[in-house]
Amino acid sequence: MHKHTNAKESAAVKPGSEEPARRKAFKRVFRHMGVAVLGSVVAQAAIFSRPARAAKILRPPGALPEKAFDSTCIRCGLCVKDCPYDILKLASWADPAPLGTPFFVARQNPCRMCKDIPCVKACPTGALDPLLTDIRKADMGVAVLVDHENCLNYKGLTCSVCVRVCPIRGEAISLKPIQSERGLLQIPTVNPDKCTGCGTCEKHCVLSEATIRVLPRELGLGLSGTNAVGRMVW
Amino acid sequence: MVAANRFLRTVSALKKRRWLLMRRSVQILIVLAFIVDLPEIGRIAAGNLSSSVWFWNVPLTDPFVMLQSLLAGATFAKTALIGAAIVAGFYAFFGGRIYCGWVCPINMLTDAAYWLRQKLKIKGNLTMSRELRTVLLVMALVLSAITGTLAWENINPITLLQREIMWTSAAGLTFLAALFLFDFLVTRRGWCGHLCPVGAFYRWLGHYGRLRVMAVKADACAGCSDCIKVCPEPHVLAPLVAKKAVTVTDSDCTRCGACLDKCGSGALSMKLDLRRGATFRGIPIVKK
Repeated sequence: MHKHTNAKESAAVKPGSEEPARRKAFKRVFRHMGVAVLGSVVAQAAIFSRPARAAKILRPPGALPEKAFDSTCIRCGLCVKDCPYDILKLASWADPAPLGTPFFVARQNPCRMCKDIPCVKACPTGALDPLLTDIRKADMGVAVLVDHENCLNYKGLTCSVCVRVCPIRGEAISLKPIQSERGLLQIPTVNPDKCTGCGTCEKHCVLSEATIRVLPRELGLGLSGTNAVGRMVW
Repeated sequence: MVAANRFLRTVSALKKRRWLLMRRSVQILIVLAFIVDLPEIGRIAAGNLSSSVWFWNVPLTDPFVMLQSLLAGATFAKTALIGAAIVAGFYAFFGGRIYCGWVCPINMLTDAAYWLRQKLKIKGNLTMSRELRTVLLVMALVLSAITGTLAWENINPITLLQREIMWTSAAGLTFLAALFLFDFLVTRRGWCGHLCPVGAFYRWLGHYGRLRVMAVKADACAGCSDCIKVCPEPHVLAPLVAKKAVTVTDSDCTRCGACLDKCGSGALSMKLDLRRGATFRGIPIVKK
């Protein structure tokens, strides 16, 4: 009887003795996995909660749509180096764009629309699409005359500086006559199909805050609805 | 007489720090290559440590950044892939963590923090697992796949420091200062040894790296363990001092050469180890 009880006692793990190596290994792995999962959840929330790039942050010509650009751009800065007018900068934490990605602000330094597009040529990953060969086909945004109250053209003073500085004036932006109670006004009118979003108009607007702005296409333009009547082109 | 004496002492002090001086020179030259415009020829290196063009023709791309980009959903691009292949090939052959010891600018920051720590004899040390690096590496890669952005590049202090130097800005200064203080006050070799996933990636990449610290004169080793005292990753030298191996095969070795500088008996040297079968499943084989 005594022998039987002793065998039973010794079969159980004695308190205070070392646990088997297997158990230790599993504990270690599960602890690491737990940290990884918890950390990933927190980090993912941190990454997703970062706001999308601000509307005034414009990408270099040929940039892929923002989601694709964010994954393809490897933040090398070769486009920044090759820009002959030094308009591009790499985003710091202070800038409302993913860290290290290249951008320019139209009001400060607009794209000069170089014919040879050196920024696109410099990009090693294709985040600036190498298929862009004609700078007039670039889509950095679209110019929109946002402020009809302050714009001098709407007050009857034919300022038209934005029309005159446009690198593709006459096609992308032109003066269109509009009848108002003040008389016949000449209003700068943007053709979204031709506008590249270079921002020269925004830079040269003579007011203290520009009334014509380059906005990303999804902000600057609407889209026709489904009703056939609304789709008519005047 | 006094001047000659001082000169000789300076020379001997420099000789005692041969590897350190070589390493710092390479790190500083790399930093300068990206910012100095040489007259008439321009910059030797364009871009930054993520991706660059050296000598106007050779593309180089950090394979870790490339991996994050591909996981985030980017398409293959010839120039970047060629650059990544060149860099990955180099580190896979010679040894991954050479990046940590000879290229990374943060290493200068953390070495400075460690030196200050030694100088002021700060003892407080928060113990962290070395595996934390690998956990962060896996997290960075998984997050890149989930979020569609380069997860590690959002906070990467290596490229951050380089951008700050290149553009003389200071927006990321708080993070770099926090890193310095962490390594200075909180824990010994905290960043490089326990947290940085770039080091973990290069350790994995250079697992079979052939440039190794070897005890060529193993009999000369007096077992003083001075090498272990100066090594940033002391566990790689433990088998040598215990006379169980004559080669450092652990890929944690950054080839910094601190042990080579310190060894008084000349037992250690850095060699290209092209022997076949030097390790079996990570256990170094001691050939008599």
